[in-house]
Amino acid sequence: MAQTRVRGRAWKFGDNVDTDQIIPAKYAIYSLDEQRLGEHAMEGVPEIGPGFAQRISPGDLIVAGSNFGCGSSREIAPVAIRGAGISCVIAESFARIFFRNAINLGYPIVQAPQAAGQVGQGDELEVDLEEGLIRDLTTGAEFWVEPLPPFMAELLKTGGLVPWVQQRLQERRAAGIV
Amino acid sequence: MGMTMSEKILARASGREVVRPGDLVLGRIDFAMGHDLTIPPAGKIMREQMGAERVWDPERVAVVQDHFQPAKDAASAALGRMTREFAREMGIRWYFEVGQGGICHTVLPERGLVLPGELVVGADSHSCTYGALNCLATGIGSTDLACVLALGELWFRVPETLRFVYHNRLSEWVESKDLILHVIGMIGVDGARSKAMEHTGEALRHIDMEGRLTMTNMAIEAGAKNGIMACDDVTEAYLRGRAQRPWQPVASDPDAEYEQTFEIDAEKVPITLARPMSPENTAPIDEVAGTRLDQVFIGSCTNSRITDLRRAAQVLEGRHVAPWVRLIVTPSSHQVALQAEREGLVRIFMEAGAAWTTETCGACLGGHQGVLGEGEVCLSTTNRNFPGRMGDPKALVYLANPVVAAASAVAGEITHPAEVVRQPVGV
Ligand code: SF4
Repeated sequence: MAQTRVRGRAWKFGDNVDTDQIIPAKYAIYSLDEQRLGEHAMEGVPEIGPGFAQRISPGDLIVAGSNFGCGSSREIAPVAIRGAGISCVIAESFARIFFRNAINLGYPIVQAPQAAGQVGQGDELEVDLEEGLIRDLTTGAEFWVEPLPPFMAELLKTGGLVPWVQQRLQERRAAGIV
Repeated sequence: MGMTMSEKILARASGREVVRPGDLVLGRIDFAMGHDLTIPPAGKIMREQMGAERVWDPERVAVVQDHFQPAKDAASAALGRMTREFAREMGIRWYFEVGQGGICHTVLPERGLVLPGELVVGADSHSCTYGALNCLATGIGSTDLACVLALGELWFRVPETLRFVYHNRLSEWVESKDLILHVIGMIGVDGARSKAMEHTGEALRHIDMEGRLTMTNMAIEAGAKNGIMACDDVTEAYLRGRAQRPWQPVASDPDAEYEQTFEIDAEKVPITLARPMSPENTAPIDEVAGTRLDQVFIGSCTNSRITDLRRAAQVLEGRHVAPWVRLIVTPSSHQVALQAEREGLVRIFMEAGAAWTTETCGACLGGHQGVLGEGEVCLSTTNRNFPGRMGDPKALVYLANPVVAAASAVAGEITHPAEVVRQPVGV
C-alpha cells in the first residue's frame, strides 16, 4: 500500500453526490488522462462549479454524506478525485460501484458516519488507514472507520485489483491453463 | 433456509452449495459488456497493467459503440477507434459498430446475449437492465472489466434482497416506468444500496418484456446491485428464436429470506414523474402538470424500444409539437430504428415536427444531439436527472414515460396524455 496515513483539510459535501457531479460526462472523453480529469473534479456540484482542484491543497480530504458516488459506473469518478490531489474520501456511505472502483484502484475511501456528521468544513484531519482511525486535529475529536471485509482490506493494502489479477494470471500460466 | 434467485445465481457461479448475504465470492462470468467509454481504459489496464494478452472468451463479450458515437468530436473518435481496435485484436465475437447495434442495454437483450440464470456484468451502471431476463446483471467499473476480460471471473458481495410484490394491474395510461419511479420515490436513491431488488406479483404478468426491462434498468437509480424477475412465459416467448446459448432459469425458494418485502397495489399507482434534480423526487402527474417545457427527449436504454415508440407515435399521429418545444426522438437500437421505419412511425414523428436521430445514448448523458443549456426545462424518458446529467448543471429535467413525453411535447407543457388524446386530431 502506498500510504497508511494521510493528512489535510476537510472539504464537505452533502448526500447523493453523483458521478456526473464528481466528473461531468463531457470529460469522459479524457478518460485516460488523470491529471486533466483532476482539473475538473467536483465541478458538476452546483455550489462548487469549476476550479475546485485549484482551490484545494494536495492531501486534502473530501467528507461527504450518504450514497457518495451514486449514478454512473464511470471509474473516472474516483480517478478524477485522485487526480485532483484528494488523499482520501470519508463518507457516511458510498454507492456500490464507486466503492468497488475505489477499492479496485487501491484508492483509500472510508465509511465513517460519525465523522461525516461531525467534521466541520476546513477542519484539519488525519486518517490512519491501518488503524482505522480519523483524528479531527481542529476539534480534537476521534472517529472510528467501519472496517472492510478482509478480502477488500487486502486488495486495498496490496494496491488494488491489478496486482491480484497479475497473481492469478501467473498461477494459471504456471498451471498451463493460459 | 432457501435462497433467492440472486443468491442461487451467485452460488452456482462460484461453485458453492449455498451463499448468504454478505459473503464474498469469486464468480464465473457468463457474459460481459463494455462500450466506447469503458473499453479503452479496460483494454489498457488489462493489457498494459495486468499483462493479459487475450480475452478469456471472445464468444462471451460484447463491445458496443454507443455513448459518444457516431463520434461527436475528435476526442470521442479516438475512443471509438481504440474500442474498435481492441475488439478486432481480441477477436470479440459480439462487436456492434455504429449503424449496426445501438445502445448496449437494448442490443444485448434483443440479440439474445443475456439469458436466465446467468451472471452478467457490464462496464456501465445500467447493466442491471438485463435482470428482467432472470439473470443477475450488474454494472462494474473499468478495472473490474479488465479483470473479467483477463480471467472470466470477478469478486462479488452476495446482496441482501428486497422483494417488491405488485398486486392487481396498472391502470390506464400508467406504465412500468411509472411503477418503478413510484418505487424509487418510496425508497429513495439509496433505498436499495448494494442490494438486489426482486420484482414479483400479478401486475408483472401483464407487463411485456420491454416494459420489464424499463423496470430493471432503473434498479441502479435506487442504488441497487441488481434488479431481477422470475422467468415466466413472457420471458420464454421473448427468448424463443433469440437466445444464443442454452439457458437454465432460477426461481427463488418459498423459504428464501428477504431483508424486506414491499407490497404495492399497482392499480393505485398514478402516472408518476421525477422532478429535478433526483429520480427519488417523484410526484403524481397532477402536481407537475402545466410545467412549461423547452425540450422533450424520447430516447435511452430506459424507454426507447419499439413498443415505447409505438405508444408515443400513437399520441403524435396527426398532431404537432408546440411551437416553442423541440422534440428529439432517438431510437435505442438499429433494429428498433428499422422496425420503426417499417411501421411508418418515423414518418409520424417527423410530420409531428420531431427531430429523429440515429441510435445512440446522445442526449441522455448530455453527450450530443440535444444537450441542455442553463435554465432549460426538459421532459425526458431517461433514467437520471441529477444536476448536469443532460447538460448544464442548472438545466431542469423531469423523468416520465414515453406517452406522457409525446403528449407534453404537443401541449408544450407537462400534460396528462388523456387530455391530448381527447382533442380531435389536426386541431
Ligand atoms: S442511454 Fe443513457 S443510461 Fe442508457 S447506457 Fe446510454 S448513457 Fe447510459
